[in-house]
Amino acid sequence: MKQRHSLLHLLPFILRYRGRMAAGFLMVGMTVVTSMLSPWVLKYVVDDLAAELVLAELPRYAAMIFGIAVVEGFFRFWMRRILIGASRQIEFDLRNDFFRHLQAMPLAFFQERSTGDIMSRATNDLNAVRSVLGPGIMYSVTTMITVVIATGILLSINWRLTLLAFIPLALVSLTVKRVGQQIHDRFQSIQEQFADITALVQENLSGIRVVKAFAREDSETARFEELNREYVKRSMGLIRLWGIYYPMMSALIGMSSVALLWFGGRQVIAGHLSLGEFVAFIAYLAMLTWPTIAIGWVINIFQRGAASMERILEILHLEPCAAAPAGGPLPGKLEGRVEIRNLSFRYPGKREPVLDNITVTVPAGETLAVVGATGSGKSTLVSLLPRLYDPPPGTVFIDGHDILQWPLAELRSVVGFVPQETFLFSDTIRENIAFGCSGQLEDGDLHWAAKISQIQADIAAFPERFQTFVGERGITLSGGQKQRVAISRAVAIKPRILILDDALSSVDTYTEEMILHELEEVMKERTTILVSHRISTVKRAQQIVVLQDGGIVERGTHESLMKRNGIYAELHRKQLLEEELETA
Amino acid sequence: MVPSPHEEQVLGKAYDARLMRRLLGYIRPYRKSAVLALLFILAASALSVVPPYLTKVAIDRYIQTGDLAGLNLVAGAYVLTLAAVFVLSFGQTWVMNVMGQKIMYDLRRQIFRHLQSLEAAFFDKTPVGRLMTRVTSDVDALNELFTSGVISVFGDVCTLAGIVVILFLLNFKLALAIFSVLPLLFLVTFVFKLKIRDSFRRVRTAIARINAFLQENLTGAAAVQLFNQEERQFKKFRAINEEHMQANLQSIFYYALFYPILELIGAIAVALIVWYGGLKVFEGALTLGALVAFIQYSDRFFRPISDLSEKYTILQSAMAASERIFKLLDTQPAIASPAAPTAGCVERGAVEFRNVSFGYAPGDPVLHDVSFEVREGEKIAIVGATGAGKSTLIGLLSRFYDVQHGSVRVDGADVREYNLQELRRSIGIVLQDVFLFSGSVAENLRLGNPEVSDELLARAAATVHADSFIEKLEHGFETEVGERGATLSVGQKQLLAFARALVHNPRILILDEATSSIDTETEILIRRALEQLMAGRTAIIIAHRLSTIQNADRIIVLHKGRVRESGRHQELLARRGIYWKLYQLQYKDQLLGGAPAS
Repeated sequence: MKQRHSLLHLLPFILRYRGRMAAGFLMVGMTVVTSMLSPWVLKYVVDDLAAELVLAELPRYAAMIFGIAVVEGFFRFWMRRILIGASRQIEFDLRNDFFRHLQAMPLAFFQERSTGDIMSRATNDLNAVRSVLGPGIMYSVTTMITVVIATGILLSINWRLTLLAFIPLALVSLTVKRVGQQIHDRFQSIQEQFADITALVQENLSGIRVVKAFAREDSETARFEELNREYVKRSMGLIRLWGIYYPMMSALIGMSSVALLWFGGRQVIAGHLSLGEFVAFIAYLAMLTWPTIAIGWVINIFQRGAASMERILEILHLEPCAAAPAGGPLPGKLEGRVEIRNLSFRYPGKREPVLDNITVTVPAGETLAVVGATGSGKSTLVSLLPRLYDPPPGTVFIDGHDILQWPLAELRSVVGFVPQETFLFSDTIRENIAFGCSGQLEDGDLHWAAKISQIQADIAAFPERFQTFVGERGITLSGGQKQRVAISRAVAIKPRILILDDALSSVDTYTEEMILHELEEVMKERTTILVSHRISTVKRAQQIVVLQDGGIVERGTHESLMKRNGIYAELHRKQLLEEELETA
Repeated sequence: MVPSPHEEQVLGKAYDARLMRRLLGYIRPYRKSAVLALLFILAASALSVVPPYLTKVAIDRYIQTGDLAGLNLVAGAYVLTLAAVFVLSFGQTWVMNVMGQKIMYDLRRQIFRHLQSLEAAFFDKTPVGRLMTRVTSDVDALNELFTSGVISVFGDVCTLAGIVVILFLLNFKLALAIFSVLPLLFLVTFVFKLKIRDSFRRVRTAIARINAFLQENLTGAAAVQLFNQEERQFKKFRAINEEHMQANLQSIFYYALFYPILELIGAIAVALIVWYGGLKVFEGALTLGALVAFIQYSDRFFRPISDLSEKYTILQSAMAASERIFKLLDTQPAIASPAAPTAGCVERGAVEFRNVSFGYAPGDPVLHDVSFEVREGEKIAIVGATGAGKSTLIGLLSRFYDVQHGSVRVDGADVREYNLQELRRSIGIVLQDVFLFSGSVAENLRLGNPEVSDELLARAAATVHADSFIEKLEHGFETEVGERGATLSVGQKQLLAFARALVHNPRILILDEATSSIDTETEILIRRALEQLMAGRTAIIIAHRLSTIQNADRIIVLHKGRVRESGRHQELLARRGIYWKLYQLQYKDQLLGGAPAS
């Protein structure tokens, strides 16, 4: 029930191409009707020859057979092009919709689901659905029309012979249905076993060091062999069925030919059937064998397609990010004052709060630094600002407006964000830096952005400078280089608010000093939030807050915090020690 | 699983004699089955040619003469033929598939075994997903080759040959006339193959690009959203998707053209039979039954020829799969037991690093000329900052990696002189991240060693104080730990790892202490367990706990890949060198808070 339901969601897509679908169905009908003509010509040929007359008719019959094939071929060509073509068109639409939907998903979605799983829905599952729309629909319509017309013709020639010949064919359909289900079940159980094997291999390879450390290679192999053997055993069960299934089908189909030969022969001898009709009968029966077998195959396509459609719908039915409320307040000139009031936050579906009653204000154009140990909530705090996660209403404000009231795109276009984990696209450096710019990035601005992050010297050394590809198809950047490109990317959009989430962690201290120096210019006219665990990065900020377990435990300037001799001062002392160690 | 686009993009040639010979080698153990299957298939195809001939006989001899008894006879012969074909094809499918399954079993086992023998460095550079594809889908592609591909081609050829013979026997000239369309058929098929290959390549490239683009946009979803680039990325995706559709539409065009043309060629043959054959019938050179048989044969003749193209695709993907599999199988393990191990078993457990230098990548050394000795039964703590090379020492001692200079010696013999398994059995390793396999607690302690009795398990668990929490689990030792031990706490996993090491009773114990904070109660349990575990063994500990370094017989300070200081806690502190700084940074806090600083 549920399965049929899932395929119903395809209806709007099909209806979008209703003209084309209708034309396709028309072509199916024409193809089938035309193909029914040639056995009829054969009937005349045989009857005429048996009556030993009309030599002159032979070339005409030959021409008719050829002509029918030409017309049939024409219809068949358009049938395939139109129907299968439409299925590709719908696949295209579906995949675009799917991608669009993915883009609107909240960040948590991408963290919870494995990339492979989502991708297999966009490819394998979509392909299974496409098979329903293409071959599935085409063959089921063809089968239906063929069965109806051919049966009609056969009944009109000789109904008794038709009934007799149909008994084995009915058995074929029954076999397909019965055994088909069993084959499906056994196939399923093989697939499950296969999944177990996959899981074992995955686990073994991930834990290969433990396996080796304990010299457990042999027992692991034994474990694998056990599953492997079970897999073979289950496969044998399918083979036994399979081995009977196909030979049984051809035997049954053959039996209907025997019935035809034996009973039909008698009818010819008795004069109830002409020899020509007898031959035509053979030809029509041959036309019916393929559809009887195809039924099982088509059913299978529909079942798999329905299951796949469910997997696709599962994603399509997920709620996207809260869209921006229409007509929300849009500030005229943006100042960039950031205000956080009594913010407590927990990740969706989690119990423990990550942030606990945070209140802090960053006046426009000033710099706030956030320090704290790993897991203290620093990254969470700053990821709320561009709404990677939604804060509770009434907690985060820019220029006095709750950010939840802002159009999302508007909000993000004023926030330049350099994330902790740098992600660059496999594209040119130029494209990566210009990634967030709506129009073209001028050369001057490009060089300016590259200079701020101190990446311009590195770029000058690359083979094709700004046109150099990064990623799999190009050069591999070091962690520090990636971070610097990401900084350029963020400043290139000239945001009012700049956020650096531990964005200098992979950069050496010297380069960091240079970057901070360059950034000073930029930071002067922008509101900046710096997250770091390095004191050297944050000490120049107008305001520093220290986070611990999600709450602010110290706040002040570098000097006042040092005087306080608390967590911040301790952190500072340790970092000096670390630096000493580094040079030891 | 989604195959990596770049790897799967290239499909090699369809036939490679060298690969094929090697593949056939896997059939050798089952050659009797192979011969039997071949015999079945030849007999079945030969018999499948019979029915149209029976129709001819029925029409000519009995229907036209009104011989009812004769008609019964032909019908009987027909049924017998069907029965024989049924039995033969069942036999063929059965024998062949069983053989295929056995070969796949052998192949999977061989690959898995081979993977177990490869060294750690291999797994560092090869993604797990790719290796899994070797064991799973690549082997499946070969299965298809063995069961439905290669051997059924023999059947097709046999059927074709049978039809040719019968047609020539029925009427030589008419047969020639029909075969005159064959060159046309071959030409059309050839041109189609060329065209469709190009468009398949286009489709595959497009799929690879869709996959790559999807992957990138899924992993980089945050970047896209932060920079408001949804619209632009969508446009790019749409363009790639469009290319995929266009490529498919192109291949649909060729298919839509190819099948009708095939049928048209068939129709030409039938038209020829009607015209030329009709003439012969009129002249009395051909019977009417033979004419009908000709029409039926021509239908059966063309089908296997167009099927051959499908077999071609199977062959092609099987060749590509086997090439990948063989490439993996040909990767020699860089670290293996010596052919004739000169060192026996580890008796005492004395360890020595002698002038060891090592790096994971050339030109980037991690250890420089490291030398130190650990006497039998001695407890050594190794301390150093992150990246000092501490974990590398473990990898070298248990031969996950081999040294580039110098030697690692156990009981005076180079580790490379030991049987690998013997060496590793004498070394018990407890890593920071405890890796648990899915399965029960007992299975995770036993790790497949049947010699470990239940009493031994219970004793080991009690010794390291893991028994109290195990007993509290729902099914005790038989409790499933869940994927990667998801249901257990960090401390519990540590205790399990201790018990695991103890069960295997190693001479040398290596311990990489967990840095993550554990509650004080468990902390005390672990400390006591550790004492029990180390008793009577040589122990090398990468220390993160103050208590561990204070109790160690000797502390070795590793800094930037070199041994810089060594001695007891108080001596080293007094020196005010690197150890003193490390102590201030990492260990001093533990005096106050209890939990180690991260």
